[in-house]
Amino acid sequence: MVDVTMSEATAADRARVLRGFIASDKLFHNLTRGSALLVLIILFGVMVSLFLGAIPALRAFGFNFFTTQSWNPVTEKFGALAPIYGTIVTSVVAMGIAVPVGIGVAIFLTELCPRVLSRPIGIAIELLAGIPSIIYGIWGLFVFAPFLQQTLQPALIELFGPIPVLNALFAGPPYGIGMLTASLILAIMVLPFITSITRDVFETTPAVLKESAYALGATTWEVVWNVVLPYTRAGVLGGVMLGLGRALGETMAVTFVIGNAHKINPSLLAPGTTISATIANEFTEAVGDLYTSALIALGLILFFITFTVLAIARYLLSRIEQHPGL
Amino acid sequence: MSHYSKRLLKNRIWLGLSVAAAAFGLAWLVLILAVLFAKGLAGLSLSVFTEMTPPPGSDGGLLNAIVGSLIMTVLAVIFGTPVGILAGTYMAEYGRYDRLTAYVRFINDILLSAPSIIIGLFIYEIMVVPMGHFSGLAGAVALAVIVLPVVVRTTEDMLLLVPGKLREAATALGAPRWFMISRVAYRAARAGVITGILLAIARISGETAPLLFTALNNQFWSTNLNAPMPSLPAVIFQFALSPYADWQRLAWTGALIITFTVLTLSVLARVLTAKRSHE
Repeated sequence: MVDVTMSEATAADRARVLRGFIASDKLFHNLTRGSALLVLIILFGVMVSLFLGAIPALRAFGFNFFTTQSWNPVTEKFGALAPIYGTIVTSVVAMGIAVPVGIGVAIFLTELCPRVLSRPIGIAIELLAGIPSIIYGIWGLFVFAPFLQQTLQPALIELFGPIPVLNALFAGPPYGIGMLTASLILAIMVLPFITSITRDVFETTPAVLKESAYALGATTWEVVWNVVLPYTRAGVLGGVMLGLGRALGETMAVTFVIGNAHKINPSLLAPGTTISATIANEFTEAVGDLYTSALIALGLILFFITFTVLAIARYLLSRIEQHPGL
Repeated sequence: MSHYSKRLLKNRIWLGLSVAAAAFGLAWLVLILAVLFAKGLAGLSLSVFTEMTPPPGSDGGLLNAIVGSLIMTVLAVIFGTPVGILAGTYMAEYGRYDRLTAYVRFINDILLSAPSIIIGLFIYEIMVVPMGHFSGLAGAVALAVIVLPVVVRTTEDMLLLVPGKLREAATALGAPRWFMISRVAYRAARAGVITGILLAIARISGETAPLLFTALNNQFWSTNLNAPMPSLPAVIFQFALSPYADWQRLAWTGALIITFTVLTLSVLARVLTAKRSHE
């Protein structure tokens, strides 16, 4: 046995070192805890600062702010309806295009594509998801909008011209820029997002389930439709919501091509505006407290819409992460 | 037609559609990159990196914008990374089973995908208004708020991958917790955390919306953090929407520089994590 008694001096030394350890560990613990709390404080701060900034506008216009579409900096009459309408319509149209295509690409990558190709294509798509939105914006303005003005838009006007209801949706001269162009660019932008999340979620399907279906004689499509999709439903929906959150808040890609018109026009070909495009275009030029406050109130609305959508998305995706078997 | 051949036909049609979707989706993305390279390379020359942004109608480069972007990016990483790593450390080490960690993870994930223009408005309210003017510092803080959730997320994920046995071994040797975390856990998670930082830099190097009303823009050379500061994305935004052909050409070149930077950083990040998984 080793002699475990120690001199008083050593004991005092050790006690001091131990106290130092405890104190330094407490310090580090609180430091990390404080940093974690800071994340909560920042989001809370965003909410509070937007709310405080929006108060003058909300007080001046009350509930009418959400229901009127006049946007007149000269007479200081502001209503948020046109940007809210534009934000929702462009995002919904974009998702209508990007979701089926994105799921199609994910099916291609997980079920059809040879292994050698699926990894590089998957990586390429993930890299594309990281390209900043301003790149999509500048491409949309200089290349895509003129292209649409000469091809797709006249074709749509001609095609739907004689059909009632639809001709209102595709009415008017082909400007090039407008709601439809913004929707299409948003669709191209969120496509890599939706594809990579859907693919990841598809890959969580246990091989045993798929093999059992194949063994029963199911075709590839039947396996996708009856096994993979039901199994991954929550995750796919989560990915779609995440893409929607991105589309709703997207600023630069839209600002370039939306046309910034504060008027609700039933035609998708007409210029419109979205919440984020309005803020980006007008904030630095806004004179007067009421104008600035109205723009911040728009930001507050956008914050609540995206917060809700993203919260739902995270909830759905976390269910997949926690219970990969259910 | 027999039931079997109907099923086969249905299979072919749907799978054909998904191949078409893949070709369609990838074609757009390839097209965008092709145009970007063609237009961007046309304007690329040494003067882009050595001269200031010009007034319309004369020659110039993007030097002040590139330097402004670099300054704000570096500051944003300096501000955002330590806090992010510490917060991730709390979530994976001290507070792994805390309720606070669950809240922070949820809020952090929301912050991760929150529209960046809202971050810009937030920083405008808390920094630009009290200071009374736009500033490069406000721009850097806005970018730091975007860096933070990326670093928090990757740090937590990477620390959770560190085997518990390493922690137990260090603790058994008498190391206090902070010592175990900083000498053992951080070392094991290093490559992953660096990847997270690289991804965060890639993310902010193209961010425009949060800079528009924090750092604003500046036509001239400026390294004064207390004054409006030019940045590559803000200059692209201004130049692309201008009616001048030479400004538009510079905007394309700037867009190419940003895309090249972002792609390089993302590839680098991938290589780092790929190496890790081979070990």
